Amino acid sequence: MDIAEKLDRAVGRHLGQAKLADLRQLTGGASQEIWSFTADIGQGAMPLILRRSPPGIDVSARDTAISLGQEAEIQRRAANAHVPVAHIRFILDPTDQLGEGYVMDFVAGETIARKILRDAAFAKIRPELAQQCGRILARLHQVPTAGLGLRPFGARDQLARYHAIYKGFGDPRPVFDWAFAWLGRHKSVERATPDEAASVLVHGDFRNGNLMIGPDGVRAVLDWELAHLGDGHEDMGWICVNSWRFGEIDHPVGGFGSREDMFKAYEAGGNGPVDPERVRFWETFGTLKWGIMCMTMTATHLSGAARSVERAVIGRRSSETEIDLLNLIAGPN
Amino acid sequence: MPHQPTPSDLIDAVRGFLEDRALPELSGHSAFHARVAINALSIVLRELNLGRANDQAEQDRLAQLLGEQASLDDLRLLLVSRLESGAIDLMDPALLAHLTQTTMAHLAIDNPKYESYRRALNTD
Repeated sequence: MDIAEKLDRAVGRHLGQAKLADLRQLTGGASQEIWSFTADIGQGAMPLILRRSPPGIDVSARDTAISLGQEAEIQRRAANAHVPVAHIRFILDPTDQLGEGYVMDFVAGETIARKILRDAAFAKIRPELAQQCGRILARLHQVPTAGLGLRPFGARDQLARYHAIYKGFGDPRPVFDWAFAWLGRHKSVERATPDEAASVLVHGDFRNGNLMIGPDGVRAVLDWELAHLGDGHEDMGWICVNSWRFGEIDHPVGGFGSREDMFKAYEAGGNGPVDPERVRFWETFGTLKWGIMCMTMTATHLSGAARSVERAVIGRRSSETEIDLLNLIAGPN
Repeated sequence: MPHQPTPSDLIDAVRGFLEDRALPELSGHSAFHARVAINALSIVLRELNLGRANDQAEQDRLAQLLGEQASLDDLRLLLVSRLESGAIDLMDPALLAHLTQTTMAHLAIDNPKYESYRRALNTD
C-alpha cells in the first residue's frame, strides 16, 4: 500500500471522510517530510498538510528537541491561547502505518522574508507586524506547559551547548570567543536562565521566515520543533537578529518594525514588563548561535553526510555575524 | 604575455561560464544552486586577491596586541586563551580595533555586500 492509500485510509478513519487528491511532497529531508493534499471532509475539497517522519526512521536520533506528537500538542494549546497557528486535524497513530506526525490545515500566505519585506502586497501591513509579533508572543508565553514534556533550556545551558559545538570545530574565530566571554559574564544571564517555576513556553525559532503572513498580517506561526521551556525574552531577541532583517537593518524586528512597538504590544498583552537589556542579551546570543549554525552546516557538507554547494558556502556567512556581534556588544548603539 | 593561466584566471573563466552560459538555461532549484556556486567562486577569487595580505596584517596586529611573536594560528589561540581567562579586558580599545579590522577583512572576502559592512566602511 503506498502513501496515498494509507493517507486516504487514515484521513477517513480520523475525520470521517476522505476522497484524497492532489497529493504531492513539498519538502523532504532525511528524517522529515511535508506533503500537501486535499480531502473532502464534509465541505468539499479541503487543502491539508501532512508533516511526518516516515516509518523506520529512528525519531530519537533527530537533532531537534521534541517529537512531532509534542509539536502538534503544543500547537493545539497555542491555538486555544489565540496564537495564530495551523489547525491540527489529527495526530498519526501506529494503525495509520505512516510513521510519526500529524495532519493540519493548509494556511495560505507568504513565508519568504524578502517578499514580505519588499512586495507591494504587504506594504500596508508591514508597519503593524512588529506589534502583531509582540501580541502573539505575549499569548504564546502564556500557553500552559504542564504535561507537555518539554525540557528547560535556559541561557546557561544554551551557552554551554553552543560553546561546545563551536570548540568542536577547532577553528577559532576570536570574535566568537570574545562574544562568549561577554555573554557568560552578562548581568542578565541568571534571569535568562529561569528556574522551572518562572519558565514559559519558548517557541525557539520565532523569526521572519517562520511566520505565514498574508496582506492581513500573521496567519500562522510555523516550525515549532525547537520549542522548549525558558525565558520568553529569548523569542524577542531572536526575531531581532540582523540575519532575519534581510538588509532592512534599521527595522530590528524581522526587518519590518521597531523593538518599541513589539515591547509595547507584548506588555499590553499582559506579559510584561519587558527587560530590553535581557532582549539585547538574547539578540547577541542569537547572533552568535546563527554564526555557529552556519559553521555547522558547512561541517555537515565537509563530513560528506549531506553535500551541497549551499551548505559548503554558508559557513562564510559566519563573518556576517561577527560584525553584528561587534555592533551589538561594542557598537555605536 | 604569460602562457599559464593563474588560479584566479581559471576560476574567473568558470564563473563567467556559469553566469553567462549555464545560468540562463537553468530554472528552479538548479538555478538557485548555480547562483550559490557563482557566489562561492566569487569568494574564492576575492580570497586569492586579499587573503595573504589579510593574514599578514592580522598576524602583525596580534603580535603587537599580545606582545608575542608566533605563527598566526598560535597567536589566535593565545588571544582566545586570554579572552577566556579574563587576562584581557573585553572592552580594551586595542582589542576592539583588532577584532573590528579582522572582521572587516573577513567580510571584504566573504560578503562585501552585507549591509552592516557597507555602513561600517562608510563611517570609517
